[in-house]
Amino acid sequence: MSATTILGLTGAVVIMVVLFEMLRRHRLREKYAVIWFVIAVSAIVVAVVPGVLFGLADLVGVKVPSNLLFFLASLLLLGLTLQHSHELGRLEERCRTLAEEVGLLRLDFEQSQTESQKAQQADGEPVEDGSE
Amino acid sequence: MPHPSRLTARVLVVMPAWNERDSVAETIAEILETNPGVDILVVDDGSDDDTAARASAAGALVCQLPFNLGVGGAMRAGYRYALRNGYDVAVQIDADGQHDPRYLPKLLARLVDADVVVGARFAHKGDPYQVRGPRRWAMVLLARTLSRLAKTRLTDVTSGFRAANTRAITVFAAHYPAEYLGDTVESLVIALRTGCTVTQEPVEMRVRAAGQASQTPVRAAVYLGRAVVALGLALVRRWPAALEHAPADLGIGPAGKAGRA
Ligand SMILES: Nc1nc2c(ncn2[C@@H]2O[C@H](COP(=O)(O)OP(=O)(O)OP(=O)(O)O)[C@@H](O)[C@H]2O)c(=O)[nH]1
Ligand SMILES: [Mg+2]
Repeated sequence: MSATTILGLTGAVVIMVVLFEMLRRHRLREKYAVIWFVIAVSAIVVAVVPGVLFGLADLVGVKVPSNLLFFLASLLLLGLTLQHSHELGRLEERCRTLAEEVGLLRLDFEQSQTESQKAQQADGEPVEDGSE
Repeated sequence: MPHPSRLTARVLVVMPAWNERDSVAETIAEILETNPGVDILVVDDGSDDDTAARASAAGALVCQLPFNLGVGGAMRAGYRYALRNGYDVAVQIDADGQHDPRYLPKLLARLVDADVVVGARFAHKGDPYQVRGPRRWAMVLLARTLSRLAKTRLTDVTSGFRAANTRAITVFAAHYPAEYLGDTVESLVIALRTGCTVTQEPVEMRVRAAGQASQTPVRAAVYLGRAVVALGLALVRRWPAALEHAPADLGIGPAGKAGRA
């Protein structure tokens, strides 16, 4: 086995183990696990059958196969971070909406509390019906 | 039951406040003195000081946000409150005392022929409020562009002093950006895009009553750059944006308390 094969395999196995552990501990949701799983599997494939990479490089006309690997890897990372930024933006927006709602609910709650206190003080007995 | 207050418009003053303990109470008192009959909602945006307590003691309603959202977040909460509680007009007045509430009736009067009225500086020569350098250029660029969009002369689109009628309140309750310059410039673009009319009323603004001003020379230059970006984005964005985050209960939900209106 060549050094690159061992390196590729180790990397892939480490990803798999970490994935499994994170899923087991509820640290990672499946929708994010899928993409990492695909990455790990393709790393294994490339490590065990380097011919796949060579063939692919030939096909698209890249002279040095490892360049193709780096290109694909950086493209993948770019896509992932972009997706995370998008996801983060959505979360921020939702978080903001929730914060606003919490503030308004708190105000509503305090208002109705002071209102009912006032009503109780006004006629000295518990109010049954607030309508006129 | 007939509402005597219904004869005149119900006005809600929304006051975004963040660490304004030194000026908030005074500002509220001045508004109530010059405009008796308006309700004031202070949106305390995760202040570290006792802004909320002072505002409440001064006679305002206080909505405390759990953490800092920026002026845009505070204002959208304010517009939601206005919408749900049936106010006819929502007016933004800053807590730092820069906006003179004596101009409020003038702003309200202009709402007959516009949905949003901006209390604007630089409307005539000899305005005591002076801004120079890159910050001034940015303001001019923004004002010119928005004037074209609004088809009327606007001289001060970054002014936070503004009045909105129910139509604009409905729009702002769902869409009020929290991003940089979103609360002022982009919100006007949104209003125009959704078919509201925008106009301005000349006002004189005062220097800060207390606390720290947010201007330094370096910041002014940065401001210009960000203004250009923010304006460009606002112009190419599609409005109204995806309605995903607009609560379905706007206006009619359980918080709609018809009885209180
Ligand atoms: N809710 C909220 N209000 C804020 C925040 N930052 C500022 N404000 C309020 O918004 C108003 C305007 O803020 P200023 O800092 O005076 O901004 P400005 O008037 O554009 O600039 P200055 O020339 O420094 O006065 C004041 O009432 C502030 O208390 C914030 O993060 N959240
Ligand atoms: Mg100010």
